[in-house]
Amino acid sequence: MTTASLAEIDGCGAGSSEQDVNRPALLLVYLLLGIAFGIVLTRSEVVSWFRIQEMFRFQSFRMYGIIGSAIATAAASVALIKRIKLKAISGDIIEIPRKELGSGVRYAVGGTIFGLGWALTGACPGPLFALIGNGVSVMIAAVLSALAGTWVYGWLRPRLPH
Amino acid sequence: MAIWFRDEWPWYVAGPLIGLFVPALLITGNRLFGISSNLRHLCSAIVPSRVEFFRYDWKKAGLWNLVFLTGVLIGGFLASHVGTVHNIAISGETRVALGRLGIHDFSGLAPHELFNWGALLTLRGFVSVVVGGFLVGFGTAYAGGCTSGHAISGLANFELPSLIAVFGFFAGGLAATYLILPFLLGGV
Repeated sequence: MTTASLAEIDGCGAGSSEQDVNRPALLLVYLLLGIAFGIVLTRSEVVSWFRIQEMFRFQSFRMYGIIGSAIATAAASVALIKRIKLKAISGDIIEIPRKELGSGVRYAVGGTIFGLGWALTGACPGPLFALIGNGVSVMIAAVLSALAGTWVYGWLRPRLPH
Repeated sequence: MAIWFRDEWPWYVAGPLIGLFVPALLITGNRLFGISSNLRHLCSAIVPSRVEFFRYDWKKAGLWNLVFLTGVLIGGFLASHVGTVHNIAISGETRVALGRLGIHDFSGLAPHELFNWGALLTLRGFVSVVVGGFLVGFGTAYAGGCTSGHAISGLANFELPSLIAVFGFFAGGLAATYLILPFLLGGV
């Protein structure tokens, strides 16, 4: 696989070698950031099926406030990073690859399929894992099923419109 | 200090904190915040088979993200062991609506009626966990992202594909809430 398509997967410092991108010190930072994210997801209650139901029923501003202010904060940060041409600690130049629109079918259809699953499980992928940490162990079954779903997509991919 | 452990964080604290993970990951190693690629990395690591979608260097592309995801699990564990556990303070309207669907246990993060191992043997438990999980995995892979990758990272970078995906997320979520759940739960 080319570096371009690798970048498409995770927006990586694709120019560097594997040893470079997976330096232990760097991985430790990712672990700590992940722990912080798991705490934020839990304490903000976005991991809760009840909160997701409240959102889809438009009965509270809370989830919209969270998602909206998250986007605004991220957008302002990204704009600032681009403007001052900030470099990453790893030494990489920060570049965000544009997503390819194509026909747009994959975003509309894939997005809708995910939306169905989001409301049924009451969790998107991050919260699924945070919930397991929170002791909702049956979400292990949801994750295994999600892996099966991803695998089936990969298998069907050549036959699906994108 | 106590408020950090006692109550749910207000939206104007939680939202910006979540948004800050985008610059934090870019600044650490030029990585894009997005959780669902981990499902692809895990497939690639465990059962790549001969499927082209899973044949790439997952360690180089995604080890960082799998480590981040492990942190999310640990973070959930830590958060559940620090501070008091209280019921999710959803609005009265939502309680009434869910009560009509047969959800009466409002303790915990998710309703026990649906989310426990025993409930997997019931239609509503199976659909909520197993079918729901499958759709999450299939849909995020097809759309190339989830709430983090599209709704937050993508919209923050003004990506049209992400906007289409987010409309899809809500179309699907509303369909499940108003068309599927009433049949599935049906006031049992």
